[in-house]
Amino acid sequence: MDSQKIRNFCIIAHIDHGKSTLADRILEKTETVAQRDMEQQIIDNMDLERERGITIKARAVRLNYRAQDGELYTFNLIDTPGHVDFNYEVSRSLAACEGAILVVDASQGIEAQTLANTYLAIEHDLEVVPVVNKIDLPSADPERVCEEVENVIGIPALDAPRISAKMGTNIEQVLEKIVTDMPAPQGDPDAPLQALIFDSYYDPYKGVIIYVRVKDGSVKVGDTIHLMATGSEFVVTETGYMSPSNLINTGTLTAGEVGYIAASIKSIGDTQVGDTVTLADRPCEEPLPGYRKVNPMVFSGIYPADGAKYGDLRDALEKLQLNDAALTFEPETSIALGFGFRCGFLGLLHMEIIQERLEREYNLDLITTAPSVIYKVTLTDGTVQYIDNPTNYPDPSVLASAEEPMVKADILVPSEFVGNIMDLCQDRRGTFKDMQYLDDTRVTLKYELPLNEIVYDFFDALKSRTRGYASFDYELLGYAPSKLVKLDILLNGDIVDALSFIVHADKAYSRARKIAEKLKDNIPRQLFEVPIQAAVGGKIIARETVKAMRKDVLAKCYGGDITRKKKLLEKQKEGKKRMRQLGTVEVPQEAFMSVLKLDE
Amino acid sequence: MTGLYFHIPFCAKKCPYCDFFSVSYHKETVSQYVGAIIRNLSAYAPEEMVDTIYFGGGTPSLLSAAQIGEILNACAKYAHLSDSPEITLEFNPTGERTQYLHDLRTAGINRLSIGTQSFSDAQLSLLGRTHRAADGIRTVMTAKEQGFDNLSCDLMLACPHQSEAVLAETLDILGKLPITHVSAYLLQVEEGTPLSGSSELLSHLPDDDTSVDRYLQTVRTLAEFGFQQYEVSSFAKAGFESRHNTKYWTCEPYLGIGAGAHSCYGGTRFQAKRDIAAFCTAPIQPTELIDPSPCGTEERLMLALRMKRGVPVDALTLQAQKKLPLLEKGGYLRAENGCVSLTPEGFAVSNAVIAALLG
Repeated sequence: MDSQKIRNFCIIAHIDHGKSTLADRILEKTETVAQRDMEQQIIDNMDLERERGITIKARAVRLNYRAQDGELYTFNLIDTPGHVDFNYEVSRSLAACEGAILVVDASQGIEAQTLANTYLAIEHDLEVVPVVNKIDLPSADPERVCEEVENVIGIPALDAPRISAKMGTNIEQVLEKIVTDMPAPQGDPDAPLQALIFDSYYDPYKGVIIYVRVKDGSVKVGDTIHLMATGSEFVVTETGYMSPSNLINTGTLTAGEVGYIAASIKSIGDTQVGDTVTLADRPCEEPLPGYRKVNPMVFSGIYPADGAKYGDLRDALEKLQLNDAALTFEPETSIALGFGFRCGFLGLLHMEIIQERLEREYNLDLITTAPSVIYKVTLTDGTVQYIDNPTNYPDPSVLASAEEPMVKADILVPSEFVGNIMDLCQDRRGTFKDMQYLDDTRVTLKYELPLNEIVYDFFDALKSRTRGYASFDYELLGYAPSKLVKLDILLNGDIVDALSFIVHADKAYSRARKIAEKLKDNIPRQLFEVPIQAAVGGKIIARETVKAMRKDVLAKCYGGDITRKKKLLEKQKEGKKRMRQLGTVEVPQEAFMSVLKLDE
Repeated sequence: MTGLYFHIPFCAKKCPYCDFFSVSYHKETVSQYVGAIIRNLSAYAPEEMVDTIYFGGGTPSLLSAAQIGEILNACAKYAHLSDSPEITLEFNPTGERTQYLHDLRTAGINRLSIGTQSFSDAQLSLLGRTHRAADGIRTVMTAKEQGFDNLSCDLMLACPHQSEAVLAETLDILGKLPITHVSAYLLQVEEGTPLSGSSELLSHLPDDDTSVDRYLQTVRTLAEFGFQQYEVSSFAKAGFESRHNTKYWTCEPYLGIGAGAHSCYGGTRFQAKRDIAAFCTAPIQPTELIDPSPCGTEERLMLALRMKRGVPVDALTLQAQKKLPLLEKGGYLRAENGCVSLTPEGFAVSNAVIAALLG
């Protein structure tokens, strides 16, 4: 294949600016997919992705396009995850491309992820082709948005295609731009193989399928490949490209191409995104730059609501992990919740997605504990520990110092809400760093915030204080010393381990009060009064009481109809299964969940 | 011993809180309906001795004394009646009905359950009842005069605007009437009833704590008048516990005849379809099976725990027995002489207590 006729590109956009719809139209216009076969938004092929309008895992697809110059071009469209949690995966997808289409909503303009993704693309030396989408909306103002792109991002945009992906308007202009503005891949087909892994997934029949961009050299069926970071070796059983509906085994891939390799790989842990593939008998000298091991940043205990489903939960996590090397889990036991797993996630969205997939795809009813970050503590004897579970937080008497992870947050917000957001960031112990006007009405705020303050409900709080208009992105900065305490919750005098969490000392009182109130509202009255207490180091700092229930009776039984009583008894038994019995106290699942959303 | 229950699903006016099955009174239909009851009696022809008969509704007192008489004659013909059966009729206390009461007594009815509900006119009109306090009192007195020695009054608790004083007045009147039994129900807002749609009334319903205060006030006051509580909602002078209703709690058989009537009979629980036309025309009432093998251990315990006499401790699982001391300490039950029985406070939360013991 003539590499001059190849264009490898991705589409970057803020959520809801129309990335997936544009991908659909490109697929349509290149006649890769017959109209009738097309499911809306074919690239996002997980239900959840489609529902949330976001892409969780990268996908790639090969398309053919006859350009106005009469030549037939091969397009490799690489879809990138659209969320900050998957920043590393985004960066690896970008590294597989020469160009990026930047989609900007014609009425909303630039948002936080527009900026973050564009800067990431520019960092990777991609040719960025701006496109203004949704010109069919009455509120569209493409000229203003083009100017904004030029002024804020600093790339030429005055001749950017004005399109409506939804209506299919001016899609050809985008395709031509890909041909004319984006460079063809470079690379030496005769050099030793050097290919970048930008995605992988587990196929039950073929083993792990890795998606690669070949930079140099070539690979064919029968070759023994060497994965440089993990050091493992496999014999290629299949290689080729991805059509929108299936894998096309062509037997070989060469420099400039994007495609897949199957090599009977059993574990996805062997195929880390960012790793370099080379040949065992003729290795390249150096791996491609930018590889790093992905580490979870947010941890949470996940327990089955029904203890008997522990095995099912383990199976489900194992299955999810087949396709998600970033998900970690290990067994954990809670006095309150029984047997479950401590799970590690890249970030909040990742956590929510995993929880939702467990519930939806595996039909599990879950109780999750408050998300925790990893705290770095130094004990009085000098040993350093990393704590991802509040239960394991050391006793204050042996604690010399504590540090917590910090993030750099970029928040884009209409100027009228700046005050609200500054209050919020202040309240979340943020340090103001910078503020810039993007234009007359929009402001970007830069804050340093403790990660622990944004893992709970920061995004919800941000949205509710800006009528949904704020957008937000963050990256990890490192650890900073902090005054942390462990807050324990006691029900009927007993500590409920699953409700313990780490909090900054200054916020312990207000957090304790809120949690006690939430629990009071969510623990139903029962036969005995339930005292709820919050304590730091044995000292009670908040208290509420759930009064004993007094009325719970079905009096009527006219004409010997006992069916309602029996039904009620069955319902109560069923209800009990969803309750956790802590001593004499019955705690519903909702009570555990309610403390996760404290922002009202 | 078996009980017979006749469901008379006709009402002159539907009460706004009631969700039981009933339709408007229609003379022709009622007469067909009575014929169908008799036809069913002949069809079932219960072999076991019948010691209680109960006319429930609906409003059974809409039937003429002659119709009641026909049904009772059919009972005597198709069933084996015991020597002194308890024969109850639910009676709606409207109007002057001396003759009717006389005729009922003559027909064989020996116990009336009178739907007095309250002796406060304000309360009665709030509840949408067509009778007044005086009607209730007069009905009781007249029934007594006509030879009814076993009279029960219904009492509705936890009604809108029912203060402690308002209830005290009603209880005081109950205490002075020549009655033997009281059924006291906590008003329950049932979905789909007019009451459930009246935000004005709903806003004046007492909260749970106040409702239970009224309930306990009732238990206390009735005891002072000599009515001992023997079940969650039932109070009687010594020896006047409802023999028929007791069958429900003790898993004794009863045959229900009439559209919507429930039965625990012949080894199953079933319900006649709520279809008056079908009941009137079918050779035998069409029914739906509710439980093919009723009266299992759990069901027996669930029902028996609603009675004051309770259950033997060793009838409970060991796990349940372990919970007894705490529940006893909470004042919800008493465990003595090898028996577990709920206290009035326990009855007020009996759903939870029973679930705790059976769960």
